[in-house]
Amino acid sequence: MASVVLSEAEKVYIVHGIQADLRVDGRGCEDYRCIEVETDVVSNTSGSARVKLGHTDILVGVKAEMGTPKLENPNEGYLEFFVDCSANATPEFEGRGGEELATEIVNTLYRIFSSESTIDVKSLCINPREHCWVLYVDVLLLECGGNLFDAISIAVKAALFNTRIPKVRVLEDEEGSKEIELSDDPYDCIRLNVENVSCIITLSKIGCRHVVDATLQEEACSLASLLLSVTSRGTLTCMKKLGNGSLDPESIFEMMETGKRVGKKLHTSLQKILDKEESLGTTRQKVSD
Amino acid sequence: MAAIEVRLPVARKLVVQSLAQGSDKHLVAPGDTITTDTGYMRGHGTYMGDEKLVASVAGTVERVNKLICVKALKTRYNGEVGDIVVGRVTEVQQKRWKVETNARLDSVLLLSSMNLPGGELRRRSAEDELAMRDYLQEGDLISAEVQAVFSDGAVSLHTRSLKYGKLGQGVLVQVSPSLVKRQKTHFHDLPCGASVILGNNGFIWIYPTPEQKDEEAGGFVTNLEPVSLHDREVISRLRNCILALVAQKLMLYDTSIVYCYEASLPHQIKDILKPEVMQEIVLETRQRLLGLEG
Repeated sequence: MASVVLSEAEKVYIVHGIQADLRVDGRGCEDYRCIEVETDVVSNTSGSARVKLGHTDILVGVKAEMGTPKLENPNEGYLEFFVDCSANATPEFEGRGGEELATEIVNTLYRIFSSESTIDVKSLCINPREHCWVLYVDVLLLECGGNLFDAISIAVKAALFNTRIPKVRVLEDEEGSKEIELSDDPYDCIRLNVENVSCIITLSKIGCRHVVDATLQEEACSLASLLLSVTSRGTLTCMKKLGNGSLDPESIFEMMETGKRVGKKLHTSLQKILDKEESLGTTRQKVSD
Repeated sequence: MAAIEVRLPVARKLVVQSLAQGSDKHLVAPGDTITTDTGYMRGHGTYMGDEKLVASVAGTVERVNKLICVKALKTRYNGEVGDIVVGRVTEVQQKRWKVETNARLDSVLLLSSMNLPGGELRRRSAEDELAMRDYLQEGDLISAEVQAVFSDGAVSLHTRSLKYGKLGQGVLVQVSPSLVKRQKTHFHDLPCGASVILGNNGFIWIYPTPEQKDEEAGGFVTNLEPVSLHDREVISRLRNCILALVAQKLMLYDTSIVYCYEASLPHQIKDILKPEVMQEIVLETRQRLLGLEG
């Protein structure tokens, strides 16, 4: 991952600041940087979103394609994730440099969406055993400025909220052969219910406290961080530890509590802005275009 | 309490544009014809195309007698002798350190062009060479002056004064080198209670004003005592103010920073980085600066 080198004194300054609940940019330990979300930014996708969180810049596109259901779940559609670490983000990603990070992100996303309650995959089924919708979720990292996982999960949720899948009907003639008919009306589509899609909250342990939304500099000072995926109701669905440091069980519980509290708030703010953007309709001038 | 703000992006608008400024400068974009007169000489940032002198970068046209150059606005740092820079040590080599200064090539700091701890003046011995990592190691920040510029544009630094040397606790802000105004001094003790070093290379170091000026150790022993909360608040506010000025492309020098700091006082530190607050305080700063110019 993109990383920065800091001198010993700079690290001490950051750690002491976090102990005093005043971070370098004036935030408290549980404050996020300003998050900017815009959906429907790529015209040739079913749904897309661009999220900026400080210097972190993420673009997510969702493309719905027809495929065959998996053998073990014949009446369900499925999601496929792909992460591209653009070399624009950092020169380290050039060539195969970003592969390791991309795999890590993809695996995390699969784990979050593996729960049945996250997204109603049954609604993606068109014709059991034969046809279903496959949602290809492509994540592009345009810039890395710390706290990648949170930004990606927010962008994925926003893009899925924005996704519109055309309605199709299965027609069966006398001989038993099936035909798929696409609705003529381009606005006749199904939307996904993203209420239960969880967001990732990364808590970085720095000194003896933990912070949310760490910048690159803060990430350089942290030995271990905990990745929590939290639903809008504050339920913890997945947990992962990053970094080579160790965490005290007691502090893990504290971090979980913070994660749930912050996660609930993040979901409410995100949903509010997504609804607001939708209510503004197509009249709004897009910024990311 | 956790504060999370999610918002829709808005197109960034520069307040400076609304106030007329520097219209006497000859600005060009890449491909613009500078002159059709063939009597001129081609300098940096220009090329000859069909008997015309054309700009290859976006910037201001500078003319020295018959030579025409275009000085790019968005650029890496081009060293000049006597500049004050802030840099980060990236490598320790034989008798020299490699320093990252936002230039195209890494700068060098020779062991012989720095003061030994305690200000001792003697020839550098083999022991000094072995102890180089004790003085400066990878990741350390230094302030230095440009001693020489090599033919390939690489810069050689020196720290032969007690003013320069290793930097202790504080915050580094990286900005574009073209936004740092050239001045007589780049070390400022601001009245708000913190000090800044405005490196010509666009690296700005904000640190608590040291209590006693001349330290015996020659600046190689860093003070790792916690900085007081008040100093931290001032430093964080200054950092955000500088970022606000940079976002609105205002020149950075002591007066502009102090004015911006004063304009930001009604707001909370973390709110300064919100686009609308940023615009408001920069506009206020700009107006006070214009008032100062008369």
